[in-house]
Amino acid sequence: MREISYSDALREALQEEMSRDSEVLLIGEDIGTYGGAFGVTRGLLDRFGPDRVVETPISEGGFVGMAVGASLLGARPVVEIMFMDFMTLVVDPLVNQAAKLHYVYGEQAACPLVVRTPSGGGRSYGPTHSQVFEAWFAHTPGLKVVAPSTPADAKGLMKAAIRDNNPVLFVEHKMLYPTRGPVPGRGSRPIPIGKARIARRGTDVTIIAWSWLALEAEAAADALAVDGIDAEVIDMRTLSPLDMETVIESVQRTGRLVIADEAPRSGGVSADIGVRVFEQVFDYLDGPIRRVTTPDVPVPASPVLEQAALPNRERIAAAAAELCGAY
Amino acid sequence: MLVIRLFEEKVEDLFTRGLVKGTAHPAIGQEAIAVGICSKLRKGDYVTSTHRGHGHFIAQGGDPNRIMAELFGKETGYSRGRGGSQVMADFSIGFLGANGITGGSIALASGAALALKNKAKRGIVACFFGDGATNQGSFHEALNMAAIWSLPVVYVCENNMYAMSMRATDSVSIESLATRADAYGFPGVSIDGNDLTAVQDAMHTACKRARAGDGPTLLECCTYRMSGHSRGDQRAYRSRAEETAWKKRDPIRATRKQLIADGELTAEQDREIRREVRAAVSTAITFAKRSPEPDPATLNDGVFA
Ligand SMILES: Cc1ncc(C[n+]2csc(CCOP(=O)(O)OP(=O)(O)O)c2C)c(N)n1
Ligand SMILES: [Mg+2]
Repeated sequence: MREISYSDALREALQEEMSRDSEVLLIGEDIGTYGGAFGVTRGLLDRFGPDRVVETPISEGGFVGMAVGASLLGARPVVEIMFMDFMTLVVDPLVNQAAKLHYVYGEQAACPLVVRTPSGGGRSYGPTHSQVFEAWFAHTPGLKVVAPSTPADAKGLMKAAIRDNNPVLFVEHKMLYPTRGPVPGRGSRPIPIGKARIARRGTDVTIIAWSWLALEAEAAADALAVDGIDAEVIDMRTLSPLDMETVIESVQRTGRLVIADEAPRSGGVSADIGVRVFEQVFDYLDGPIRRVTTPDVPVPASPVLEQAALPNRERIAAAAAELCGAY
Repeated sequence: MLVIRLFEEKVEDLFTRGLVKGTAHPAIGQEAIAVGICSKLRKGDYVTSTHRGHGHFIAQGGDPNRIMAELFGKETGYSRGRGGSQVMADFSIGFLGANGITGGSIALASGAALALKNKAKRGIVACFFGDGATNQGSFHEALNMAAIWSLPVVYVCENNMYAMSMRATDSVSIESLATRADAYGFPGVSIDGNDLTAVQDAMHTACKRARAGDGPTLLECCTYRMSGHSRGDQRAYRSRAEETAWKKRDPIRATRKQLIADGELTAEQDREIRREVRAAVSTAITFAKRSPEPDPATLNDGVFA
């Protein structure tokens, strides 16, 4: 299969869905000529015109609210928020409006909205351009949250998110955009939201990760293999709803669990997954659950401090090795 | 103005060559606004800035060595490497911070003005932001409250005609951003932001009003960002002809010409100043390069006061 980048895979998904359904439209800042801050929507304005690629002023709270309103009348907006850090400005329309509509208004109301946003650190962009806020939205009933790590998953999950009749937050880690992988071509199928993927089979320890850290977890597993530790890597792909079935089945086989999450340690998705495992299969665990996260600090700009803050393959491997009694 | 220009030119070069990580937004072409506004401030006044903030900081008396060190992520930087280009401050000289969030400083500046007023302090606040930031809801909320409470704040809109790739004229349906003040009932004035004297005169009037307790003013300073929005901007959204036309209106060239015409500057003095400024910027780079990296062991320090 041909290999393309994560950005190209996203663009293909947007383009194919826009061709398939005239209700799909893009909304966001600098998504036309500029192609979006990370180039994902490049070329789509020329192809679909300004009615379907809607460039906005810098008014995030306003245009996300408008996307919610448009979705009530059948539009399928895919909104770009330039950095996940700016999601702070759109919490009200998503949490107090979009997430509640179907529950309170029933069948008359659906909100088929996708909000795409680049997350995470690693590029020294500093404390207001490097954050991971997945937990806030996973904490909101009525919102779905996906965070794919491979180009193929990015394409398949974007298609699923666009066709979903619920508001979906689509998290694209900015380190992933240039990464490449095999991606199916035109007419490829959506990948269901809410299903994790076993990225690597193993027997000694389960490592759970998603987004950028899923790649780091696979690299950690390669390193562990050299030391004779056979790690299983689960890429969660979706953070809400969580696919606990896949996680539980794996932990039952390995008896050991490491969870890698780029978000700060407190109140995050990593804690949630850990507690669910504890609740459901406590008796299968051969040791404590280990978490590899960013400590509870803002992400600093200095490359030295940033690298000290963020989880990486070495820290994931060290946690797994320690659990397996290697050190 | 020259310090800002040569500093920013070096910064652009450092980023392009990958010697500095992250991103930066140079203020090349907008120097007359930073200098004109800050030249009218006194001790006890404050400034809030933006993502394009190096110039404001330098104009307010920020140390180029420490600004450069912050860009290099070094311990000697203003935020000890924690903040980077868009997150640095020095409260001791009244600089309340750049801002990575478009429009993020507008309410903060207005709140600082509220504190000054409530404490019966004399100071005022100069609040810088771009044309794009005036489309944020908090801009409108803050201006309204500043108006009803007659706060001592001067809103300085640097209208450089673009917010990233979006033309200001495509993002609003009014002729002049200065007229936004009409909606809140205080004066809005549009001026040539590349004309240092015009900026100073307008700021003089706005300061007088703020210091007298009569409330805010909105100054729309029309200008042009002579370089790209940030590192890697191909500038596909504007024409080279437009850029060339604005080069002719370079604020530094205009100011120099005026000073020479007024007999306040000789060609020899001009060359000498250039030499000095070039040396100062080189010193800043050397200072930054030789400064120590932050100690990773201090990562968790300072989250709470
Ligand atoms: C809330 C928010 N939205 C978007 C951005 C990304 N961004 C940074 S600067 C900028 C353009 C700002 O335009 P303007 O206010 O005119 O200032 P200029 O860059 O022209 O100086 C954008 C969209 C941001 N930093 N914060
Ligand atoms: Mg602008």
